[in-house]
Amino acid sequence: MLPPKRYHGLLLLAFIIMILPLFLTNNFHYDVAIHIGINAIVVVGLNLLIGYAGQISLGHAGFFGLGAYTSGILTANYAWPPLLALGAGVILVGLLAFLVAHPILRLKGHYLAMATLGLGMIISIVLSTEDRYTGGPDGMTVPSFSLFGWEILGEQNWYWIIGCLLLLSIWLALNLIDSPVGRALRAVHGSEVAAQVVGIDTIRYKILIFVISAIFASIMGSLTAHYTGFITPVIADFFHSIELVTMVVLGGMASTFGVVIGAFILTLLPQFLANVEEYEVMIFGLILILTMIFLPKGLLPTLIALKKRHTA
Amino acid sequence: MSLLKIEGLTKTFGGVHAIEDLSFTIQAGTIHSVIGPNGAGKTTLFNLITGIYAPTSGKILLEGWDIAHKPPYELAKLGLCRTFQNLQICFNMTAIENVMMGSHLHLNTSFLAALFRFPTLSQGDHECREQAAELMKLVGLSKYITADADSLPYGALKRLEIARALATSPRLLLLDEPAAGLNPKETAEIDEVIQKICQSGVTILLVEHDMKLVMNISDHILVLDYGKKLAEGKAEEIRNNTAVIEAYLG
Ligand SMILES: Nc1ncnc2c1ncn2[C@@H]1O[C@H](COP(=O)(O)OP(=O)(O)O)[C@@H](O)[C@H]1O
Ligand SMILES: [Mg+2]
Repeated sequence: MLPPKRYHGLLLLAFIIMILPLFLTNNFHYDVAIHIGINAIVVVGLNLLIGYAGQISLGHAGFFGLGAYTSGILTANYAWPPLLALGAGVILVGLLAFLVAHPILRLKGHYLAMATLGLGMIISIVLSTEDRYTGGPDGMTVPSFSLFGWEILGEQNWYWIIGCLLLLSIWLALNLIDSPVGRALRAVHGSEVAAQVVGIDTIRYKILIFVISAIFASIMGSLTAHYTGFITPVIADFFHSIELVTMVVLGGMASTFGVVIGAFILTLLPQFLANVEEYEVMIFGLILILTMIFLPKGLLPTLIALKKRHTA
Repeated sequence: MSLLKIEGLTKTFGGVHAIEDLSFTIQAGTIHSVIGPNGAGKTTLFNLITGIYAPTSGKILLEGWDIAHKPPYELAKLGLCRTFQNLQICFNMTAIENVMMGSHLHLNTSFLAALFRFPTLSQGDHECREQAAELMKLVGLSKYITADADSLPYGALKRLEIARALATSPRLLLLDEPAAGLNPKETAEIDEVIQKICQSGVTILLVEHDMKLVMNISDHILVLDYGKKLAEGKAEEIRNNTAVIEAYLG
């Protein structure tokens, strides 16, 4: 029996993840692949908020950074087990996201973008200035991840872990989208008033998905801290937030596989821009603008629409 | 038995009285129509009853309970649902998903169950889809069951809104100009659909400009003019009311 159609893309991706190591010839290649996977997971979560529920966050790097530093500080300075520290990050970020979203999302209009922009900046400034705990702009070292006495080391092991987590998060996202909760989220985007008159508490759903997407970022921040072993406040800054939003917009809002492609392209891109690094911010901004003008639906949805028109 | 009772309802915007000291009663199981020229306050009345606007003063009693100031999603739980004069379709979904979202209150909306796709949830979702397909057939949309919402023509979208509202299993259904922009054949079909819905036990509050349709199917008609009640009564009473003829029917 074939698996349900909704999972076909997932199987294809699993296959790609399995054969990819044949082409990864050194640890640097693995490292790039791992960062693609990490970004992909973050934007799968962010896309639930932006693409499906139609709410904008310009501060998700803040949640990523907060997760990373919670893990870093608790494991390095207080010898917490990494998994527990990761959980503490989730609770902290979840609570913070809830406290911010609760008053903001009650207001009509796009205040969330403004509020998250401010929140992201505050987080990144706090991480830079509280150097007693964070090491300040110079960053801090973070011990490796260990689980039940098993220490996760080396690019190859991390590759498989991130690969599995990517498949898991896509599976969860696909399930969510095609469920009553997912329809409620999409209805919030499609027509908030229509959603309300059929009994959907739209504010509650907006808060819920904002918190969930923040938690995605926090978890990946924690894992990134352990994987790289060294973090600086740069991971929480505004530019990183814009990178994440650009991945969603370029790949395709409301397309889970689209945003994975967006993460793939935009994580690889800087590798080719090594000698024009100072223009990186500009190039990302340009990609964002050009996509919004010429490919408002994003890469994958546009390709799918083209193919449909071609076969029809 | 009266299902809905409006008492001294007033809504002002700036200095404009969109609805002014309006009182009337809707009997359960009937088709109750509201007519009046553009700007008379019909849509505002709907927005007040469904909780989209809060009244400036007055009461809205559903079986004796004051429901004014309750948010729309709470009112949906009490069995109120509506369609919109200006379409409110979710174009980011398929046509049938627009109807399925109407079943929201009757489905398992647990977040964990959704994430892990618990078998009970997929079962419920499957039944919901079949029900939605039935409702689409009922309103004459069988050929759009697999279509995207943005591929439907205007007349079909109007009916899609009715199907979505029906999916909530309402007790009181408010239809805001369901025949606007439809050709005579489509209007006749809507006419039939509304009567069918009423026969299934749903009370209907209808705003409509098509006089033939209104006279044809209404048990009771309320005439609004500048937010105030101009006349009220059975179809033939309204047809022969001189004030109404002067103000509206011409
Ligand atoms: N949100 C609003 N803000 C200001 N004025 C409004 C608003 N909604 C309706 N009105 C005014 O209330 C009056 C009644 O409008 P409406 O209820 O839409 O009439 P109808 O549906 O009978 O054509 C109009 O004068 C309209 O301009
Ligand atoms: Mg109107």
